[in-house]
Amino acid sequence: MTTIDTPRDTAKISVRDVRKTFPLRNEEFVALERVSLDIADNEFVTVVGPSGCGKSTLMNILAGLDEPTAGHAQVDGRDVAGPGPERGVIFQQYALFPWLTVRKNIEFGLKVAGLGKAERRARTDHFIRLVGLDQFADALPKMLSGGMKQRCAIARAYAVDPSILLMDEPFGALDALTRVTLQEQLLDTWSREKRTVLFITHDVDEAVFLSNRVVVMAARPGRIYDVVDVDLPYPRTEEVRLSPEFAALRNRVWTSVYHQTPGTAADASPTPSA
Amino acid sequence: MTTSTPSVARNGPDQGGGAAAGDAATTTAPAHRQSGRPAPRRRATDRRHRLRLLNALSIVGGIGIWWILALAGFQFPTPPEVVATGAELWRDGTLQQDVLASLGRVLTGFLLGSAVAVPVGFLMGWYTVARGLFEPWIQFFRTIPPLALLPLVLVLLGIGELPKVFVIFLAAFLACVISTYQGVVGVDRTLINAARVLGAKDGRIFVRVVIPASTPFILVGMRVGLGSAWATLVAAELLAAQAGLGYRMQQAQLYYDLATIFVGIIAIGILGLVMDRLLLLAETRLTGWQERR
Repeated sequence: MTTIDTPRDTAKISVRDVRKTFPLRNEEFVALERVSLDIADNEFVTVVGPSGCGKSTLMNILAGLDEPTAGHAQVDGRDVAGPGPERGVIFQQYALFPWLTVRKNIEFGLKVAGLGKAERRARTDHFIRLVGLDQFADALPKMLSGGMKQRCAIARAYAVDPSILLMDEPFGALDALTRVTLQEQLLDTWSREKRTVLFITHDVDEAVFLSNRVVVMAARPGRIYDVVDVDLPYPRTEEVRLSPEFAALRNRVWTSVYHQTPGTAADASPTPSA
Repeated sequence: MTTSTPSVARNGPDQGGGAAAGDAATTTAPAHRQSGRPAPRRRATDRRHRLRLLNALSIVGGIGIWWILALAGFQFPTPPEVVATGAELWRDGTLQQDVLASLGRVLTGFLLGSAVAVPVGFLMGWYTVARGLFEPWIQFFRTIPPLALLPLVLVLLGIGELPKVFVIFLAAFLACVISTYQGVVGVDRTLINAARVLGAKDGRIFVRVVIPASTPFILVGMRVGLGSAWATLVAAELLAAQAGLGYRMQQAQLYYDLATIFVGIIAIGILGLVMDRLLLLAETRLTGWQERR
């Protein structure tokens, strides 16, 4: 193994010069090119960018579902090698097991972890209540609306108590109203039980509203294009959402996403002083 | 269509294709009945009533046409003659013996075929090596009707029970193995990834994700396999047997005994239908979690 730039002590997640290519007929498709990013403990980082910018690839690498072609992805100072219970993942397509009830879905990770029956039951009940699915604990996923399914998926990820949450466009398939509600609930839960969150989205408003920092990516090749610090106070209320400061940040990110100059790249490795 | 008895509504989920209506029934409280607009369940029940009525009419009409044709000089036995022959065959025990012989063969072949097909299908879907080794043979034999192998099998295995059970086994196996394999290959990657990120390793993913996710495919394969097994059985018995429904019909043909042939046809039809319904019931029970069917 080659020497790595010393990751900062504070960095929970550290991505160093990651490159990822996929074979595509005779050539290779560069999904990620020299991506570097540090995320501090308990930081909420959103990644936004046009389709094909490699944001999902980046998440899959951190989740351990994919490997970088070159470079390093580290969590707690160790190279990522496969998935692990300290990293919870929430998928856009909910990925609930359709043959299991809400309760059994949430219990799945606890069974894998080898928890006893009583403790499983208690933890499951707690998280069912946390996401407000009490009435649907014994319902199958097919009975749930999209928003309820995603709440169940969030409870399932939370139940195994990961220190990192990786969320891949979790609210992408939901209507605007449900989406805003779930955003507020997510921030509420996050402020009570702090976790490091990497949240991928294609929605600029969502990216700014949720995070400490917005990472803007560009496509062909997939790379980090810009990093915008969001120094708005938490809790993020509706007031914050309608404030001129929010609008200014939103415009800044919007311009960065939709008016990209080709070939530019930014290094997001230094942690912000926020 | 005003009669809507609660018992019919409660039976709903047990009937084929009634899964969606069954869900509606569990979520719609009886209070709905008092409300002004007709509950969707009521309309669904009405439609099912009408279907049942049409089914009954069709059966009665069909038997009527058969009877008329028989009376009009076609060489058919009339329905009462067939019933009488059936009763007679039942009294002297021939019918039971034939049914048992045929059922024994078809069930042995079918159960063995499915029991081998499921693990082989899983192996093919899960391991590239198994797929590479099994696939050419399965694809090759799939294009041959199992009956076409009967002459060879008769020469190799003699004329006992073994050759007949073997061709039935083959028929059921080939139908089920392809379906199982496709089920395993088609398991949603996201579900496997979801299990992996929750810490599950290969063994658990296989048992807890791959098997349940491919159950619908396995059951479809088993139903096709059962139909295939049944078709093969009768033909196998026509060629070489000392008892069984196919054999009885073959014998009756020699004596121009059309009533016995009719009894055989009806018995085969009813048995096949009952077995298919049983599998369908298992299917609705085991795969009711699916979003749309």
